[in-house]
Amino acid sequence: MKRRHHRPLLAGMALAGALLAGTAQGYTLEEFTFEDPNQFEDFRDLISELRCLVCQNESLAGSQAGVAQDLREEVYAMMREGQSRKEVVDFLVARYGDFVLYDPPIKPSTYILWFGPFVLVGGAGLLLWRAIRRKKAEPEQDLTADERARLQQLIASRDDEQRD
Amino acid sequence: MKGSKTRALIPLGIFLVLAALLFYGLQLDPRKVPSPLVGKPAPEFDLPSLKDPQQRLDRELLLGEVSLVNVWASWCPSCRQEHAELLRIAREHGVRVIGFNWKDDRASALLMLRQYGNPYTVSLYDPDNEAGIDWGVYGAPETFVVDPEGIIRHKEIGPITPEVWEEKIRPIVEQYRARNS
Repeated sequence: MKRRHHRPLLAGMALAGALLAGTAQGYTLEEFTFEDPNQFEDFRDLISELRCLVCQNESLAGSQAGVAQDLREEVYAMMREGQSRKEVVDFLVARYGDFVLYDPPIKPSTYILWFGPFVLVGGAGLLLWRAIRRKKAEPEQDLTADERARLQQLIASRDDEQRD
Repeated sequence: MKGSKTRALIPLGIFLVLAALLFYGLQLDPRKVPSPLVGKPAPEFDLPSLKDPQQRLDRELLLGEVSLVNVWASWCPSCRQEHAELLRIAREHGVRVIGFNWKDDRASALLMLRQYGNPYTVSLYDPDNEAGIDWGVYGAPETFVVDPEGIIRHKEIGPITPEVWEEKIRPIVEQYRARNS
């Protein structure tokens, strides 16, 4: 009976081993070498900010897709040629569209995306402010004399019932 | 009293607009990324022909007639799926279909054409994604409609089905054919 308890542990270890081996076999950025280590940093930053079009929740830096590998090599070649970050980004946007950028540019077709949330929050705030102001300007009306008398009567009759 | 009644309808209105927007959003396929190349001249290329490695093909090939430039590969199941439709379009409608064999190897590509038929007047061979990047290709199949002046008029992402041909591609092909003749 006791031995059984080891099974999940063993399974867990096997799984962890398989996963670790899996990542170790994945691609690395080490194949991209630059004379200047700063340039490698720039390269890594840039491809982390570009989206892979095949697996859209991954950056070019993180994707295993064939197209991502081709584009990494393209970006690498362009940077080795001394092209600026802007030139590389413009090159990709001209071919694949703004979609390759994780930060979409601010232009008329993206105004809703950039400013919509602020407009909504602003609008809601304005409505709230107006509602509060109205409540302050006209507080709840007091009861009339008749209503007050009726209220007293109701409370009194209730007290009577409880006493019974 | 009437004012407050119409006012009570405002949240309902907002809800309906939001629901319509979200419902529209559900129909969109995020995998289909619009190409910035539509309306622009087809990119330059210089690639060998799939059949004849000695023959070089360039952008001149696209001029003078409407073409469908179909990005395909033998490893791509959806390409096989649309193959019969491409054969039919080329045969029945006399549309020039130019193949753009992408990230593939020559032997398997030629084998696929032998097995399933060849809808292409000629096929470019781009195993290393040389021209593919310039064309903004990110998967197969993709199909560009290029007008007789070499300008890209439409990009279809995913396989061409009879519906896609009738609704999206045929009207564009016919529009540019009519203009040319």
